[in-house]
Amino acid sequence: MKQYKGWEGFIPGKWSNDEINVRDFIQKNYTPYEGDDSFLAPATEATKKLREMVMELSKKERDNGGVLDADTSVVSTLTSHAPGYIDKDLEKIVGFQTDHPLKRSLQPFGGIKMASEALSMYGYEIDPKVKEIFTKYRKTHNDGVFDAYTPEMRAARSSHILTGLPDTYGRGRIIGDYRRVALYGIDYLIKKKEEDKSLICGEMTPDKIRDREEISEQIKALKGLKEMAKSYGFDISEPATTAQEAIQALYFGYLGAVKDQNGAAMSIGRNSTFLDVYIERDIKNGILTEVEAQELMDHFIMKLRMVRFMRIQSYNELFSGDPTWVTEVIGGMGVDGRTLVTKNSYRVLHTLINLGPAPEPNLTVLWSKNLPKNFKNFCAKISIKTSSIQYESDDLMRPEMGDDYSIACCVSCMKTGKDMQFFGARANLAKCLLYAINGGKDELMKDKVTGKPMQVGPKYQAITSDGALDFNEVMEKFDDMMTWLAGVYVNALNLIHYMHDKYAYEAIEMALHDSQVRRFFATGIAGLSCVADSLSAIKYAKVYPIRNEDGIVTDFKIEGDFPKYGNNDDRVDVLAVDLVKRFMNKIRTHYTYRDSVPTMSILTITSNVVYGKKTGNTPDGRRAGEPLAPGANPMHGRDSHGALASLESVAKLPYEHSRDGISNTFSITPASLGKED
Amino acid sequence: MTGKIHSVFSGGTVDGPGIRFVVFMQGCPLRCKYCHNPDSWLLSDGEERTVSDLTREIIRYRSYYGEKGGLTVSGGEPLLQIDFVTELLKSVKNYGINTAIDTSGFTFNPSDSESVKKHEQLDKFVDLYLLDIKHIDRNEHKSLTGVYNDNTLAYAKWLSDRGKRIWIRHVLVPGYTDNDESLEKLADFIKTINVEKVEVLPYHTMGEVKYQKLGYEYPLKGVEPPTKERVLNAKKILGVLK
Repeated sequence: MKQYKGWEGFIPGKWSNDEINVRDFIQKNYTPYEGDDSFLAPATEATKKLREMVMELSKKERDNGGVLDADTSVVSTLTSHAPGYIDKDLEKIVGFQTDHPLKRSLQPFGGIKMASEALSMYGYEIDPKVKEIFTKYRKTHNDGVFDAYTPEMRAARSSHILTGLPDTYGRGRIIGDYRRVALYGIDYLIKKKEEDKSLICGEMTPDKIRDREEISEQIKALKGLKEMAKSYGFDISEPATTAQEAIQALYFGYLGAVKDQNGAAMSIGRNSTFLDVYIERDIKNGILTEVEAQELMDHFIMKLRMVRFMRIQSYNELFSGDPTWVTEVIGGMGVDGRTLVTKNSYRVLHTLINLGPAPEPNLTVLWSKNLPKNFKNFCAKISIKTSSIQYESDDLMRPEMGDDYSIACCVSCMKTGKDMQFFGARANLAKCLLYAINGGKDELMKDKVTGKPMQVGPKYQAITSDGALDFNEVMEKFDDMMTWLAGVYVNALNLIHYMHDKYAYEAIEMALHDSQVRRFFATGIAGLSCVADSLSAIKYAKVYPIRNEDGIVTDFKIEGDFPKYGNNDDRVDVLAVDLVKRFMNKIRTHYTYRDSVPTMSILTITSNVVYGKKTGNTPDGRRAGEPLAPGANPMHGRDSHGALASLESVAKLPYEHSRDGISNTFSITPASLGKED
Repeated sequence: MTGKIHSVFSGGTVDGPGIRFVVFMQGCPLRCKYCHNPDSWLLSDGEERTVSDLTREIIRYRSYYGEKGGLTVSGGEPLLQIDFVTELLKSVKNYGINTAIDTSGFTFNPSDSESVKKHEQLDKFVDLYLLDIKHIDRNEHKSLTGVYNDNTLAYAKWLSDRGKRIWIRHVLVPGYTDNDESLEKLADFIKTINVEKVEVLPYHTMGEVKYQKLGYEYPLKGVEPPTKERVLNAKKILGVLK
C-alpha cells in the first residue's frame, strides 16, 4: 500500500490497508474531549469582514424578492461555472455553486418545466435554447415519470392523498461521504471504483448493465470534481495534508453534489469529529492555532449557509421558507463507549456565536445520556443563545446504525457512505380514512367532466347508514383502503425512482458511497394523530356522518367525549401504534425498487399545513382545511395532561416500524422549564 | 380507597423541585379572591379515582423524575381529603418517589387532637411542604380568603419544629398582598421558622375565563399583574433575593 504524505502521523489500520473505511480512520485517530468550552476562540477580523459582506448580500437577496441572481442559460454541472468568491484574499475555504455567491444555478435534469417556472416566478426567463434541448433532445426525470404514471397514480397525486412525491424535482436525501475526498484523494477513489466495476462481469443482466453504467458515471463525476477543484487552484488527487486542505477537499465534494443536484434535502453528513483529527495533527505539529482552526470552521460553515437552489414558490410554501436541509450531525457516542465529542464538535457549534444564529446548516446534536456533562452544558448554552440546534436520540439510533451514521433532512438516518435512500414523501392517512367512509370518492374534488365527486380510490362500498359510525365497520373499510393506498403509493415510488436513476442520477454523491450500497425505500405518512383521534371518537363517542347533495360524507356530528392521542391514554394510543404497524406492514408486502429496504417516517415538520388544506372535515372534529399536526405530534391543543404525557404518547410509536424517523415538534419557553431562583 | 381529583399534570416544573407529576385534588374550604382554579372549589365536582389507579399513572413517569423531581399533591386544598392523600403518598413511597404537598395548612387544627394525629400520619410520607401563606395579617387573610390564618401559621410552626423541609409561597396581588408593611411582617414570621426557600408567585389573570364559564363574578376585575419592580421588591423583602 502506498504511503501518502497526507497520512503521516495517523495511526494506520483497515482504513489505510487497501480499503475505504472512514469510520476505522476516525476510531483509530480521534481524540475524545470531555473538557469545557473555555478553549474556544472568537471570530477573526477576516471572519468578521466576510460576515459583513455575506449579510450585505443576503439583504440584497431579500430586497430582490428572495433571489439575488439566477443563471438562465448555463446548465449546472461540476465544471459548468468559473470560480466564485466573496473576497478571495479573506476566504480560507472557497467555492460556490456558480461564479457568484448566492447566484442560483440552472438545474433542469429533474424537470425542465419546474426549472423554467421557478425562473419566471422570480422575473427571469430561461434561455430558449436550453428549453429546446431539454424538451426536444434530452428527456428529464419529470417527463419519464409522467410517461409511465398510471391514471390511478395521477388521480391519487392530484387529490393529494399522495403529496410531495419527488416527480417534478430532485429527490435529494442522498448523503455522499464527503470525508472520503479529504482522506483518500480522488485518484484513490477512482481506482477503487474501477476495481468495483471490473467485478461486475459475466452475464450482462439489466441490473449489471445499469451498475456498470452507473459506476462509469461515478468515475466521470470524480474526474469532474478534480477539475472543479483545479479551477479554484487546488489539487485534490491525493489525500489532504493539512486541516485546511481537508476541510477544503471535503467541501469540494459537497459543492459537487449541490452543483449536480437540486435535491429536496442536501445533507452533508457527519464531519466535525473527522476533521478534528486533522486539526489536532496540525496543532500538534505547530502549524495551526486554535484561532486559525476556528476560522477554518467558521469559513466552512459560512459556505454551507450560502447554498441556494432555484425553486418554485409553492415549494417554499410547502416547507415554510427556502430550506436546503444541510444537516450536519455532531457528537454522539461510539459503540466502544467512548464519546465521539471532540473539540471540533464545540467549534462547529461555536460558529453559531461567531457567525450568529442561522437555520442552515441544520446542526444536529446526537444526544445520549452518556454524553460528557460539559458538552451537554455547552449545547444547552448555545441552544438558549441561538435556538439553532436540533437534537436527536443517538441512544435510539446507534443500536441499529452503529456510530458513523448521518441524518438526511431532519430525521432519516443512514450509515455514512454505505446507505442511500429513495425519498418517498407521504401518504395522507386522514384522507384515506375519508375515502374509506366515502367508497374511494374524494370529499373535496369534483370530476371536471361530470361535476360529480371524483372517484380516486377503488369503488368499494361506502358507508351508507345515517346512524353513528360503527368502529368495526369503519376499521374494516379503512383497512381495505389502506391496502389500496399502500399499493398505489409504493408503485408510484418505484416508477419515480426508476426514472430518477435514469435521467437525474446522483453520480458524484453515489461516487462517494460504497458500490454495494444498501438502499432504503423511504415512505411516510401524514395525519397520524388526526386519524387516531378520529378512530377514538368513532369508538368512544358517537360520530354521525353528514352528507352533501351528492351523498358524500363531508362533515360529522360528534356526541360525547373521547380519549385523545397525546395524553398517555392507551385507549387511543394503541390506535396510533396500530396504524403505524398496519400501514408499514402493507408497504412491506410490495416489491420495492432495486430491492430497497422499505421504511416509513412520521415527520412532516411544516408541510402538515399544506396537507391539511387538501383534507376535508374529519371525524375527530378537525375542520376542513385546518392543519394536520406535524409529524407524530398530538393534534394542536388536545394534549391536556402535561408535557410528559404528550411525549409518552409519541414514545409509544414503534421505531422498528418507522425506521426513517418519528418527529415530535415540541416548543417550550424557558419559564415552562422551571423557575430561576 | 378513592379520592376526588380535579386533574393531573405530567411534567410540572413550577410546583416543587425538578420535574414533577402534579395531582390537583378537588375541593377547597378557602375562597381566595385571586384563585385561578375556581372549578376546584366544590368537592361535589371532580373525578373519583383510586389510590392504586393514580399510583400506576404516577410511576409511569418515574424515569423523568431524576433525583430532585417526583410527586406534588396540590389542589384545591389537598388536605381536605387528608386520608386519601396519606394513602396515596404511602403508596408511591413504595417506589421511592419524592413527595411534596402544596397546601394552605387550613386543615391543621392544633387544638383538635384528631386533626393533629391525621397530620402526623400524613407527615410520615411527605418530603417537602409547599406552604402557602396568603396574607400574614389575620383579618386581611380572612377578607382575602374567607378564613383566618391561625391554622396556617400554627402548621408552619408545627412542621418547623418537626424539622421538616418547608418552602413558603406567597402570591403577590397588587393592592391586596404586596404592601411593604405586610411583606415585612411576613418576613419577620418566616424568620421564626426553619424555611428552605421562599417563593413569590406573581398574580396572573389567566383564571378569569374560568369564572366566566362557571358564571361566577370575578372578584379581582381590573387588577393587573404586579410589575417587575414590585415582584423584585417583594423578593427582596422576603429574602428571596439578597
